[in-house]
Amino acid sequence: MSGDDIFEIAIVGSGPGGIAAVTRAAARGVSHVLLERTGHLSDTIYKYQRRKHVMATPDILPLRADVGFAEGSRETVLETWDRGVEAAGCNVRLNAEVVGIKGERGDFRLTLADRSVVRARAVVLAIGLQGNLRKLTVPGAELPSVQYQLDDPDEFQDEHIVVVGTGDAGIENALVLSNANTVTILNRGAEYPNAKPANVQLLQTAIADGRMQAMVRTAPKRLEPGWMTVDTADGETRIRCDRVIARLGALPPRKFVESCGIVFGSDSPSAFPVVSDHYESNVPGLYIIGALAGYPLIKQCMNQGYEVVEYILGNPVAPADEPLIQAKLDAAQPGLAVSPFIATIREQVPVFAELSPLQIREFLLTSEVHLAAPGQKIFERNDYTNSFYAIVDGSVEVLIGEAGAPANPVLRGGEFFGEIGLLSGRRRGATVIARDGALLLEVPRNTMLRLQRSVPSVARAIDEVAIVRVVKSYLGQDLDSAILAPVIREAEIVSLKAGEILIQEGATDDAMYLIRSGSVLVSRMVGGQEVVLTYLAAGNYVGEMALLRNAPRTASVKAAVATQVIKLPAAAVRDLLDAAPELRRRVEEKFSERVRSSAHQTADSESGALVNFLMREGLGEATDVLLIDETLCIRCDNCEKACAETHDRISRLDREAGATFASIHVPTSCRHCEHPSCMKECPPDAIKRAPSGEVTIADTCIGCGNCERNCPYGVIKMAAPAEEKPGLLSWLFFGRGPGPGENKAAKKHHGGESSRKKAVKCDMCHGIEGGAACVRACPTGAAIRVRPEEYVAMIRRGGAS
Amino acid sequence: MSAATAKPGAAAAGKRIPPGEIHQSFLAYRGFRFLKWGIWLCLATILAYALHRPLTAPNGGTWLGYTLGTIGAALILWLMWFGMRKRSYGRIGRLQGWLSAHVYLGLALIVVATLHTGFEFGLNIHTLAYALMMAVIASGAFGMIVYAAVPEQMTRNRHGATVSDLMAKIAALDGDMRQAALGLDDRQAGLVLAAMNQVAIGGSAWRQLSGTRPNCATRLALRRITAADAVPEQRAQAQRVLGLLGERLEYLDVISRDLRYKALMDIWLYLHVPLSFALLAALTAHVVAVFFYF
Repeated sequence: MSGDDIFEIAIVGSGPGGIAAVTRAAARGVSHVLLERTGHLSDTIYKYQRRKHVMATPDILPLRADVGFAEGSRETVLETWDRGVEAAGCNVRLNAEVVGIKGERGDFRLTLADRSVVRARAVVLAIGLQGNLRKLTVPGAELPSVQYQLDDPDEFQDEHIVVVGTGDAGIENALVLSNANTVTILNRGAEYPNAKPANVQLLQTAIADGRMQAMVRTAPKRLEPGWMTVDTADGETRIRCDRVIARLGALPPRKFVESCGIVFGSDSPSAFPVVSDHYESNVPGLYIIGALAGYPLIKQCMNQGYEVVEYILGNPVAPADEPLIQAKLDAAQPGLAVSPFIATIREQVPVFAELSPLQIREFLLTSEVHLAAPGQKIFERNDYTNSFYAIVDGSVEVLIGEAGAPANPVLRGGEFFGEIGLLSGRRRGATVIARDGALLLEVPRNTMLRLQRSVPSVARAIDEVAIVRVVKSYLGQDLDSAILAPVIREAEIVSLKAGEILIQEGATDDAMYLIRSGSVLVSRMVGGQEVVLTYLAAGNYVGEMALLRNAPRTASVKAAVATQVIKLPAAAVRDLLDAAPELRRRVEEKFSERVRSSAHQTADSESGALVNFLMREGLGEATDVLLIDETLCIRCDNCEKACAETHDRISRLDREAGATFASIHVPTSCRHCEHPSCMKECPPDAIKRAPSGEVTIADTCIGCGNCERNCPYGVIKMAAPAEEKPGLLSWLFFGRGPGPGENKAAKKHHGGESSRKKAVKCDMCHGIEGGAACVRACPTGAAIRVRPEEYVAMIRRGGAS
Repeated sequence: MSAATAKPGAAAAGKRIPPGEIHQSFLAYRGFRFLKWGIWLCLATILAYALHRPLTAPNGGTWLGYTLGTIGAALILWLMWFGMRKRSYGRIGRLQGWLSAHVYLGLALIVVATLHTGFEFGLNIHTLAYALMMAVIASGAFGMIVYAAVPEQMTRNRHGATVSDLMAKIAALDGDMRQAALGLDDRQAGLVLAAMNQVAIGGSAWRQLSGTRPNCATRLALRRITAADAVPEQRAQAQRVLGLLGERLEYLDVISRDLRYKALMDIWLYLHVPLSFALLAALTAHVVAVFFYF
C-alpha cells in the first residue's frame, strides 16, 4: 500500500487497547494500520519487571477481544498478544512515532517522526500514559546510569543504587534491588502517601532490618558518575550512586494530545481528554481509548479497543458489560433497559450528574438496583452496613420518630442517603423505609469511596448535603432550610491527621465541630500534665461550650486517628439562636443535659493514661475490642482454646501477645475497625462488614496476604485448614487425637490444594449463638469484648480496676 | 460533651456483658449470687440438723441423713461436670458463672456432707470418701485463693513484658557481655561465659514452685567478679560486665518468679482433679455399701 492510500482506521499505540482494536479491524477486513513508536508491541507491559504477575481485574467484567488475555506472567501475556496480532494478519508498523495528527473524519493526516505521512478516515488514539514518564531534571540526569524502568533486577549486583520516587513502582524496585545491592530510596516528604500500605509496610520493615536506607525530606540535586548530591533538611550531602532508578509516575501527554485539537476535562495536570459514549473526542473521527481516556485496566482497554472499531464501522454494539447490568435491572424491575436507566440516573440523581455514561456503567457493575415495596426496611438503625443509596424514583422515610410521624424527613427521587454510615464507618443513625415503590441504587462502600476520590463533583455533592443534614440534626429537623442558610453557607469540612490538634485549651476561638469520621481525644492540663478526659467517636459534637458561653476553651481536642469534622462557625449559629428564642431554649436544654451527664466524670491522670494507652492500641478506630484484665486472668488460655474449637480448630487470638498497661491487656485480636485497613486491597473483595459490625473474611479468600500486611494490629494470620478432631470424651478417656485447642494435625499437613493458606481472623463469633466464645469460655471474667466508648465511659466513671 | 446514645443493636442484645459486670471477678459474679446460694444452703442444712431429733444419734441413715447424702452426692456429680463444661466451647452462657457456682457450692458441700455424717467417723470406706472429699475441697480452696491473688502479682512482676520479650532482652545482653568480656582476664571471662551459657529457669515442679535457682552461674559470676581485683586497665570493663550481669540476674529473677506464679496456678489442679476421681470411686463404693447393707 503506498503512502497516498487512505486507511479506514489508523490505530496509534499498540498497548492492550491498540492490539484489541487492530485485531478487530483485521477480523472485520477493514483496511487499517497500527503505528507503534517502539520496536515491539505493547511497550508499557514490555517494560514491566521480568516475570511480573499481570492481574486481570475486574474479575466480573467479561473480556471481549479477538486476542486472548488472562492473568499470568508478563511473558505469557506478551506472547499471547504477539501471536494473536500475527495470526490475525494485522498491518503493523513498528518504530513509527506519530508526532502530529491533523484533519477530521474522512481525512486525517498523521505525521510520523521521519516526516512521512499516513492518511486515515478515522484515528484511534490508544497511546496510554507510560510513554510520557516524568523525568529527572537535575544536572547530570542525562547520564547513562539514570534509568526510568527496571527490566531485570538480577542484572545488578553490589552496586550503590539510588531510587527516586516513593510510589509503588519505586518501592517495589527498591525492595527487589536491595537483595543484592546497597539501595537508598529518596523521599521528598516524610511519608509515603502515594504507595499501597502493603508496600509501605514492606519498605519500612526492610529499612528497620537494615536491608536498605531511606532518606526523608531529601531531593536529588546533582549527578556525576559514582555520586549523587542531594538536598536534605540539614543541607547538601553527597552519597555514593552507581545507578539511579527514577520512578516518578506518568502524565497524560497533554501537549501532543492538545496539538491534535483535543480538549481536556480541566486544567489539572492529571485531567483526561473528554470522550463520548463511543470514545469519540471533540474532534469528530478521532477516538481515544484506554489509560489516556481514564481507563487504566488492561481488560477495560481491550474491550474498548474492540468496541471502538465496531463504532467506527457504524455498528452500535452494546458494551461488554451490558448483559451484566441488564441482569441487575431485570432482577429489580423487569422492563428497565440499560441505556435509558443510565440516562435517568444522570438526569435525576444530581450526585451522579457529572459522571459520564461510561463511569456510571463501571460503578453499576458492582452496585445493586432495588425496587423496595412500600414499608420495606432499607436498613435499620444501629446496623453496621455502609453502602450508599441513591433514590432513582419514588421516596423513602427516615424514621426519627415512629413511622409516619410528621417530623420524619422524607427523601425523594434524586436524593441520596446512607452517606453517614459510609463516611463514618459507624452504625446507622436511623432506620430508613420505603414510602412507595422506591427504585434505589445501592452502591457498595469501596466503589463509592473510589468514586468520591476520583470524581470531585461526587464528593462535593455529598459534602454539601451532609452539612445540611448535620446542622439540621443538631438544631432541629423541622427547621426551615431558609433560616439555616447562613449557617450552612459558612460550615466547612476540616480534615485532621492523627494527632493533629483541633481545639487548644485556653484558646478563644469559638467554632463548634461535628465529628464526621474518625475520633478525637479530649484532654486538659492538670498540674502541668496532660490528662485525657475522654474520647469521642464519629457522630459527637465538640466545642459547643465556647459557642454558647463565649468562654475560652476548657479542654484540648486532638484527632486520635485520621479524622474529618464539620466546622460550624460560632457567629452564624449565634445569630440564628438570637433570632429564634425557641431554638435557643432547645439548644440550651440539650447542652445542660450533656453537662449534667459528664459532671461525674473524673479527671485523674491514672485513668487518663489508660485511655491514652487504649487509643495507642487502636481503640480510636475500633468498634469492638477484646480486653483482658490481667489481675483476673489465670493464663489458662481457655479463650484461645474456645476460639480454636469454634473456628475450624485455628485460634484467631493470641492471648499473650499484645500490649499491657496497668493491668489492662489488649491481646492480638481483631478490633473491628470503623474503616478496616484489611478491606482496602482485597482482590476478591472477600472481607465484609456484617450489619452487626463484625468484619469477616469469606471463603472466596485467595490467600494473597494483603490483609495480613495491611492490618496495623497484626491480628490477621494466614493459616492452612486444620484436620478434624475426635470427640471430647474419646480424647479425655482414650487420649485420641489433639485435645481442645490443640492443633498438632495442621502442622504435619503440607502441600495439596486442601492445605492452601487462607486469611483468618476474629469474626466476633458471627453466627454462633451466645456471642464471643473467648468471653464465654473465660472462667474468671478477665476477658471481655466491649465497645471502646462503653469502656472509656466506664473508666471515666472511675470503674476501672 | 458526651457520647451519643448508642444502644446495642437488636442482634447483639443479650450477648453482651452489662457495663456493671465489666472485669468483675468470678468470686463477685452477679453480685455474689452463688455465695448467697451457698450460704442459704448451709443455713438450711444447719437449721434442719438442729431441729432434727432422730431416734438414735444423728447419722447418715436417718431421713435427714439420706436427704443430705443425696444432695451431697448430686452436688459432687454436678461439681465434677465442670471439667466437661469447661471444654464444651459451643455452649451458651458464660463459664465464669459456672466457676463462681462451682466455688461457692463446693465450699457449701463441707457443711452439707459433714452434717450428713452426723460426726460419725471410723476407719472405713465411708470416712475415706469424706476425707477424700475434704482433700478435694481443700485443694480447690487453695486454687481459689491462688486464682484470686496470683494474677495480680504476676502482672506486676512482668510490667507488661512477655517471657519472650525478657528472653530477647537476655539474648541482647549476652551479645553486649560477650564483647565486654573480651577485656577481662581468663578467670573472669570464664565466669561470664559460664553465665551466658546457662539460662537455668524452670526445671522440676519443686524448683518451679520455690522459684529458686541454685547454682545460678549469673549470680555466681556476679559474686566472684570484682572490679577491685582487676588490673587497673581492666577495671572499667569489669565494672561494665558487672552492670550487665546484674541486669541479667534481674531478668532471670523476673522469669523465675513468673514461672513460680504459673506453677502455683497449675499445680493444685494436679491434686484437685485426680483426687476428685478418687472421690468419685470412693463415693460409689460408699453408696453401694450403704445400700448393700441396708
